[in-house]
Amino acid sequence: MPSSLLWFIPLLPLLGFLINGTLGRKLPRAAVAGIALLFTAIPALLVGWLWMTMLRTGDLIMQVVSRPWIEITGFHVDFALTVDHLTLIMLAVVTGVGFLIHLYSVGYMAHEDGYWRFFAYLNLFMFFMSVLVLAESFLLLFVGWEGVGLASYLLIGFYYKKTSAADAGKKAFIVNRIGDFGFLLAMFLLIQHFGTLSFRAVFAQIAAQPELHAGWLTAIALLLVVGAAGKSAQIPLYVWLPDAMEGPTPVSALIHAATMVTAGVYLVARCHAIFDRAPAALAVVAIIGALTAIYAASMGMVQHDIKRVLAYSTISQLGYMFLGCGVAAYSAAVFHLVTHAFFKALLFLAAGSVIHALSGEQDMRVMGGLRKRIPVTFWTMTMGVFAIAGIPPWAGFFSKDEILYRAFSYSNGPLGKLLWIVGLVTAGMTSFYMFRLWFKTFFGAERFNEQHSLAEHGAPVHASSSSTQTLEAEHDDGQTTQHHGVHESPWLMLLPLVVLAVLSVVGGWFGIPAALGGHNEIEHFLDPVFAVAGHPENALNADQVSHTLELSLAVISVATACVGFFFAWLFYYRKPGSASALATKAAPLYALVANKFYIDEIYNAFFVSGLLGFTRVFLYGVGDRLGVDGAGRFASWMALDLGEMMRRMQSGNLRSYAGWLALGAAVVMGFMIFGRGIWMH
Amino acid sequence: MNFDHSILSLIVFCPLVGAVVLALLPDRGKTMAFGALTVTVLTFLLTLHLPSHYAAAESVGSFRFVQDSAWIPAPAIRYHLGVDGLGMWLVVLTGFLAPLGVLASWNAIAERRKTFYVLFLLQQVAMLGIFVALDLFLYYAFWELSLVPMTILIATFGRTKARRTAAIKYFVYAFVPSALLLVGILWLYAKTGTFDLPRLTGLAAAHHISGNTAALWLCSLAFLLAFAVKVPVFPLHGWLRDSIAEAPTAAVMVLAGKTGLYSILRFSFAIFPEQSHRIAPLMIALGALGIVYGSLIAITRKDLKELAAYSTLGHLSFITLGIFTFTIAGLDGGIYQILNHGISGGALFLLLGFLYERYGTYDMRDLGGLAARLPWMITLYVITTLSLIGLPILNSFVGEFLVLAGTMQSTSEHHVFWTVFATTGVILSAAYMLWMIQRVFYGHLGVVSQEIAPHDLNGREQLALWPMVALMLLMGVASPYWMHTLDANAVKIATVPSPAEQHPHERVEIRTTASTGFVDPQLSQEALRALATTGKIKSSQPAPAPEGRLY
Repeated sequence: MPSSLLWFIPLLPLLGFLINGTLGRKLPRAAVAGIALLFTAIPALLVGWLWMTMLRTGDLIMQVVSRPWIEITGFHVDFALTVDHLTLIMLAVVTGVGFLIHLYSVGYMAHEDGYWRFFAYLNLFMFFMSVLVLAESFLLLFVGWEGVGLASYLLIGFYYKKTSAADAGKKAFIVNRIGDFGFLLAMFLLIQHFGTLSFRAVFAQIAAQPELHAGWLTAIALLLVVGAAGKSAQIPLYVWLPDAMEGPTPVSALIHAATMVTAGVYLVARCHAIFDRAPAALAVVAIIGALTAIYAASMGMVQHDIKRVLAYSTISQLGYMFLGCGVAAYSAAVFHLVTHAFFKALLFLAAGSVIHALSGEQDMRVMGGLRKRIPVTFWTMTMGVFAIAGIPPWAGFFSKDEILYRAFSYSNGPLGKLLWIVGLVTAGMTSFYMFRLWFKTFFGAERFNEQHSLAEHGAPVHASSSSTQTLEAEHDDGQTTQHHGVHESPWLMLLPLVVLAVLSVVGGWFGIPAALGGHNEIEHFLDPVFAVAGHPENALNADQVSHTLELSLAVISVATACVGFFFAWLFYYRKPGSASALATKAAPLYALVANKFYIDEIYNAFFVSGLLGFTRVFLYGVGDRLGVDGAGRFASWMALDLGEMMRRMQSGNLRSYAGWLALGAAVVMGFMIFGRGIWMH
Repeated sequence: MNFDHSILSLIVFCPLVGAVVLALLPDRGKTMAFGALTVTVLTFLLTLHLPSHYAAAESVGSFRFVQDSAWIPAPAIRYHLGVDGLGMWLVVLTGFLAPLGVLASWNAIAERRKTFYVLFLLQQVAMLGIFVALDLFLYYAFWELSLVPMTILIATFGRTKARRTAAIKYFVYAFVPSALLLVGILWLYAKTGTFDLPRLTGLAAAHHISGNTAALWLCSLAFLLAFAVKVPVFPLHGWLRDSIAEAPTAAVMVLAGKTGLYSILRFSFAIFPEQSHRIAPLMIALGALGIVYGSLIAITRKDLKELAAYSTLGHLSFITLGIFTFTIAGLDGGIYQILNHGISGGALFLLLGFLYERYGTYDMRDLGGLAARLPWMITLYVITTLSLIGLPILNSFVGEFLVLAGTMQSTSEHHVFWTVFATTGVILSAAYMLWMIQRVFYGHLGVVSQEIAPHDLNGREQLALWPMVALMLLMGVASPYWMHTLDANAVKIATVPSPAEQHPHERVEIRTTASTGFVDPQLSQEALRALATTGKIKSSQPAPAPEGRLY
């Protein structure tokens, strides 16, 4: 395959964006969808071709360079793309899952206004995301990095008439910018110390200088972590992701679950050469990851909005990936990234299908008993739930277990064991809240109201259905649309669900560890990327590998998942209502968690109200009005006053002139008589 | 026919001739607007001669298209014009913005059109003159000339009753330091007997201007103060808010930034290299403070023009920061950012003007929910916003990135702190711009936006905006086209031999920068030689391996 074809992977979606963005308003919906699908399908095929080439020839590192983007004396950055094994995996996820979600969206968004706008933005996202994973330099990666943030901003705020959606979009962009602030500083340091931002050049310089260790490399690594924490919604910058659920559900699946939010993990993995030399930064990554995992899981257990449960679960799973990176198990983290992309995209899309069936309802308290009404959605979602809960042989089990095992055998003192325990508890919580969602949505009594229409949720209304009931509903803009009762989604939406469900089952089989009789293909596959730049200092040594240990850890985590299942079954199936009874008993704790630990409020008070208040009072009031304006006014007042004095002196009055003359003469005489004497001393 | 020796005169005096012709024509219908459009487009086409012939043009020192003839024998004032990369692109930018300014004023200026367009063209003459004059006296004439039309424009065509005050404020702020500048220029003449910039630069490099360091310092401060007020550099921005709030769109687009920053680069740095280096830590601090100060206040403003004024302060502070780092990256980024701000800032003011023409208010609380009603307007607003907040692949990112990277490399005191401080600007600028978009375009319809029937951008307005949008994108992805000609300025300024480098401590730091690969074979041979002579690179130490260019 000629490597110049690489350019088409990002550029075709860009073309799709340009066509739909400019002409889309006038095109029929089918044409808009066709363009968007075509320009995501071709890149997916190209990636497939890349895989074939790689499998045929074995090794594959491909690179294309175009004209320089920035070129000044002593520093330049090219537009350069590169493919290695890590990129190939990311590309497969991005283009593959991306295409499936495009397909799903054709059905999901079928009756929305701004259809063209939605697909234009979605293609724009695909462009930036491909740039992000294909970039050969920090700066080009940053293009994708900021670009996906932009696409995310536009798509979260898709229903811009809703204040909450507009707020959420803005919040996502600004919090991501805080992360980018760290990323930028990291790049400034890289330029200062290496004089280049090319990955290959920087990593080659690091490899060539074995004495480089910690010091400013730690600073660079920590600043990169700030960036990664922003994009991947880790503590303390996770606050934007739950709000991002204001966007349409396919967006949540694509951007806020499968691809964009994993960019932080990709960044850490990509820069592992830097992190390997900065153990302190690596430990920070691990701790942030573990804390985020358990913290987000705790909030996921009390959410009532089906999408918010999944949002917190995403944050929690990203925490696992960070934990994996932090214990230098990069390939395990990437493995989990891949399986997570499958099952979380599936869960979101299935949730979308549920919401779709209920005409926009997202509150699990008014769902229930849906498994007979929407069987395909139920069965596919079940695959996702089992995958994320860590039940073998579903995909999530293998990847999550690999991370937990690597954390447990992390050589660095008791930290590894501690991280493992946190991870294990999180696994139990994950299993609990996912089965809670499963039971509340699909089992028990039917609590929904079929007449119920929640068009104001901004969710879609769907017109073709086998359902018996039909009712009219008013749209925001006064347009009337046909409204139906509970119904299964069209095949266009179910097809991606089925494909993803299959992947959620078999996706983990590429990484079955030796202890379970597998070969852990994914780790060997990624070896060329993660093993070249010297020894990961904290990674596992080969002689430490113990199959018995790995097996027993696996048994423990499966048992934990079962405990989670048991409690969910007890609270939400066996004895419905007992959960709320428990919540009333421990009311303060429940309130704390349900209110997300009041973090949003604290951030608002400090960083928004506090800073703005300070600005209004001190910077604008005291600084600008009093200081800057005041100084100007004082100066003009001085000038006027002096002028006034001068004016008085020139009164036209002869006697006063004579007086001034006499005074002046007296001063001169005084100088002549006494002055000389004074000066002579 | 070879225009090269008269092209600059043609460019400068084309608007002047236009102004005279307009003054003689009757003010009927759209005569004035069409006349001004013709003149400005013609001027712009003339300016395009410069970049298209730049490589081939004969160069005198670092200047090209030079026209140098005696004007007044005593005092020795010459008619000396010429441009280098910096001057050329500013001339082109000024030429480019002028027709857009006319398009913006098409309907907005309904009365006293003759006065408006004549003054507008005179302002044009003054700015073009500033960018091409190489004789200090000639330069000063253009500098002072630029004050008058602007002051009258603000006083006559201001939006509210406060326009007189704003005009006086602008005039006093600009004029008083200019008087000091004149004293400085005359002192220089008294010491050296010349107003000629290239000769003064040579004398300055050889430390032959004056042995009186105190007097040199005072003179350099007079220069810097006059320029810094005009930029404006924080905290000398007292005139900015009122002038921007009052001035008509076409005038606001050229009000701040370019002339002051150009003058610092051209005159302060060339004639007072040592003093400029010494004062750099202060200016870096003021630049970084200005970024954060301007951006923070912009978040709290509810009036769009006030918001834009403080945002302007923030963006111009980036440039101040960059050029005073005296690093190649900082200077390149700063200079590039002057052009970018002219375009993106100009586009923002155009859009604000178009919004005002429709709704008669700049108060964001009265607007809101306009996105669905004005789809093209929101599209262009968002693109301009993204450019201003420095989204990669749009123009400002290149400039701001280089500025901040340059600050990190600077050898000035506390530069790491100021880099971190200034970089928070990327968060704050996103905050106020996105909030502005939200308050004007998203959510529910506001009081005013509800009442008035929506009109999306018409053909004339699109014609004014799309060239800017195209440039935002082009300058974002193809920056080398501009940078190649600008880079020479940056290299020259960054390598000015300053006595500070003789300091052993300073020298060590500079060598560190060189040995970590910041100097690579890309460096032109000329610059390498210059570096070698100033002792930055020992001849025994080869340039580091070309890691950056592996492929």
